[in-house]
Amino acid sequence: MENKRTRGLYRIPYLLWILLFVIVPILLVLYYSFFDIEGNFSFINYQKFFTPVYLKMTLSSFWYAFLITAISLLVAYPTAYLLTKTRHKQLWLLLIIVPSWINLLLKAYAFIGIFGTYGAANSFLKIIGIGSRQILFTDFSFVFVSVYIFIPFMILPIFNALNELNPTFIDAASDLGASKWTTFRRVIFPLTIDGVKSGCQVTFIPALSLFMLTRLIAGNRVITLGTSIEQHFLVTQDWGMGSTIAVFLIIIMVLIMVVTGTGKRGV
Amino acid sequence: MNKLVRFFLFIAIVSAVLLYAISSLNASQGYSGGNTVTVFNWGDYIDPDLIKKFEKETRIKVIYETFDSNEAMMTKIEQGGTNYDIAVPSEYMIDKMRHEDLLLPLDHSKLPNLKHIDKRFMDLPFDPENKYSIPYFWGTVGIVYNPKMLHGKEITSWNDLWDPDLKNEILLTDGAREVIGMGLNSLGYSLNDTNKQHLIEAKEKLDKLTPNIKAIVGDEIKMLLANQEASVGLVWSGDASEIMSENEDLDYVVPEEGSNLWFDNMVIPKTAKNVEAAHKFINFMLDPKVAAQNTDYVGYSTPNKGALKYMPKEVVEDERFYPSPELTEKLEVYENLGKKNLAYYNELFLQFKMHRK
Repeated sequence: MENKRTRGLYRIPYLLWILLFVIVPILLVLYYSFFDIEGNFSFINYQKFFTPVYLKMTLSSFWYAFLITAISLLVAYPTAYLLTKTRHKQLWLLLIIVPSWINLLLKAYAFIGIFGTYGAANSFLKIIGIGSRQILFTDFSFVFVSVYIFIPFMILPIFNALNELNPTFIDAASDLGASKWTTFRRVIFPLTIDGVKSGCQVTFIPALSLFMLTRLIAGNRVITLGTSIEQHFLVTQDWGMGSTIAVFLIIIMVLIMVVTGTGKRGV
Repeated sequence: MNKLVRFFLFIAIVSAVLLYAISSLNASQGYSGGNTVTVFNWGDYIDPDLIKKFEKETRIKVIYETFDSNEAMMTKIEQGGTNYDIAVPSEYMIDKMRHEDLLLPLDHSKLPNLKHIDKRFMDLPFDPENKYSIPYFWGTVGIVYNPKMLHGKEITSWNDLWDPDLKNEILLTDGAREVIGMGLNSLGYSLNDTNKQHLIEAKEKLDKLTPNIKAIVGDEIKMLLANQEASVGLVWSGDASEIMSENEDLDYVVPEEGSNLWFDNMVIPKTAKNVEAAHKFINFMLDPKVAAQNTDYVGYSTPNKGALKYMPKEVVEDERFYPSPELTEKLEVYENLGKKNLAYYNELFLQFKMHRK
């Protein structure tokens, strides 16, 4: 009896937190989404969401988030793998994590300088004979900077999964005659799939709602759902429409969590 | 566990020491007792030396916070929980805030320096008799361009921007009314047009400009234009003068079809805690010498007639920033179009942004 009561007490902070900072805000967002710009109850925002403008925006958000996640994964997996092979693993890992402590905006401003017409990237292109190109305000720069920002979040879970991998499995695979590629495909990758999944989740979900970078690096040539939410809340003051987009984002995120959910162990 | 406890203890001690240091610093400067005035202004819109001067003269500590759009500012004041004593909204926003009962009436007897303000800028339709607001700066919207990068080509009108030679050369300010307004002006319509047909026409005309547009950006536009990242930019006049002081090759023009004339004004929001200090602050900023120094720093045009004689002649006579009465005739002040029309402007602006080359 005593034990049960203390356990109940321990649960209070957690439950309060979830209630105040997760459940109530989501309900509020849902509530606001049913009001039009003049404060009347209506479903007009939901109708508006299914017009070509917002559907196109959703698709392009998905496309960019997909690109960012895929490229991050392609870079992060080999990096994490190499990291586990180095002697001072923790030091190398720290070096990769440190840039993520720097403010996002500062990094974005630095990239404006690097990618600008007279920036370092263009000077380099000139030296190797390609000549000056427009890099800033293109799809390329947007995806590149986003990948740069998300990579530490992709590397960490993959690194942990690889690090926990029992090396005797690999020995066993090679003893049984598997080639290196087969070992990777049949043993290493399946055993680290949980790390890959959580890495993809922490990249894809925030990438869907990126907004500052779309202006700073892509010059508003890329419009994502995040940009649109920001606009509706701060500029148009159409909280209803902003909330409606947020509702769809939440639904999409939950779907992604379910689809990539790890089942056995949870995330 | 022990480590964790030590870690938290360490943080707690450091914070306590810092808190103590701040409070003793404030006390040594005579700022005890909460005699403060909280100013909510646009970024980089006041000479910081003047804040120090005000603090020294009045012993009132200034807490300075910034916003980057009228709408964001109003949202913050509307929601409450803030205690701004002074805010600096643009004219159409004052009309809106006045109607939503977010402003306190000003006591003109506490503002003796008000007499220095040019009569031209007093008693305007957005705030009859200046009951709630005092003009802070005014200016226009126009085009900054680099004649050198354009090989001597001159820009005099909005329609010049549609020139195919300007491919990928234009930067726009990220503002729905400014950009849609440019489309409206280029077609000869009013900046306050709410006729849907006209607005759609303007948006379609803007879509044709897409190949010439390099990016739609915020405050970065100043840095980008000064660094010659692009040769043409749609900007506010004050930004223009700042850009031009950094890069002398650039020139500013108010297009001949007409453009926007705007005012930023000091108001006291309903949430103010120290109305007395707020009046002192407004009066201080109206002092001709202070206004002249501030204008020199900020670069926008001052409504303070008294300040003009403390300013360099070439600035006061520069028609690009103090336009002639003939051009002023063609300039329009934004009206508050109401939420619904504004939402429509923004909707079109969003569609325009999504229009790909």
